[in-house]
Amino acid sequence: MARKIPEINAGSMADIAFLLLIFFLVTTTMDVDSGIVRRLPPMPEKDAEIPEVKERNIFNVLVNKNDRLFINKGWGDIRTLRADTKEFLANPQNREDLPEKKVETIPFLGDYPVSKGIISLKNDRGTSYDMYIQVQNELTAAVNELRDELSRQKFGKPFSELEDQDLVNAIQKAIPMSISEAEPEDIGGTK
Amino acid sequence: MARFKKEKSGEVPAISTSSMPDIIFMLLFFFMVTTTMREVTLKVRTRAPEATEVQKLEKKALVSFIYIGPPLQERLYGTESRIQLNDSFRTVADIPEFIYMEREARVEADRPFLTTSLKVDLEAKMGIVTDVKQELRKVGAFKINYSTRKKVEKSKD
Repeated sequence: MARKIPEINAGSMADIAFLLLIFFLVTTTMDVDSGIVRRLPPMPEKDAEIPEVKERNIFNVLVNKNDRLFINKGWGDIRTLRADTKEFLANPQNREDLPEKKVETIPFLGDYPVSKGIISLKNDRGTSYDMYIQVQNELTAAVNELRDELSRQKFGKPFSELEDQDLVNAIQKAIPMSISEAEPEDIGGTK
Repeated sequence: MARFKKEKSGEVPAISTSSMPDIIFMLLFFFMVTTTMREVTLKVRTRAPEATEVQKLEKKALVSFIYIGPPLQERLYGTESRIQLNDSFRTVADIPEFIYMEREARVEADRPFLTTSLKVDLEAKMGIVTDVKQELRKVGAFKINYSTRKKVEKSKD
């Protein structure tokens, strides 16, 4: 008669699993990395010509070392920055002092007047990173809201829910993210 | 009579614990899948600023991190913001080498998609960040990402 093989005691399996579980609990970090995505411009060539841009096409945003905001040489406010930027980029009434538009043919959208406006962002070495991110955030929000409006109007859903990459490209072409950061210089000194 | 009594004993039957390992394993797998190991020991404080227009950082393997912020050990290193690459304090001049090393560590096909994530403390000054950005431009690491937390929007009423 064959001997009965004794059953393996599985009682300690829970303990082993608990040990592993606690290890992963401790080492885990649940945070999803997120942030504002930007593309840096390549370094300018030594004797590159600075392209002439009309004054009406530039939206000057300057942040000084005390985190105060200047917009087009006047005091600005972070709370109205988004609305100001939107008005500048959209120029709904085709005002003379706001940027020109150039009609371009874009697939899926047809002829669309693309704004020639450029946002010029300049900050001091003493500006706090928090303020800088807030300004970047407001500017991004302005562009995103405009894209959303156009997307709803043309395709009936918000920009973030567009699935077709061609449509996304079309909207991006119609409302470009034209934020230009000035070459850094030391103004006002570090705090 | 005795047999009758034995069958109707008032003892509560023991709860079977044989399925406990299964439950624990389920939890274990959940944490194993969602976990991301901490790669570096932070030597600087990086409290991310809040923003609303955030995008998720995709493909974690193609991201290299640069930490900037005031040192955690203030007595040893002072309060001025410092740059941390991998596990040690570095200066702005070390950034090109760091980027080259990061590129070397990736497959050639992935290199154009390499993103640099700047994890900067909200109290840091822009001066040091600008220097880092200039170095990144010089070595052609154009794709950057300012690490931020998602702001919880207050309802407008």
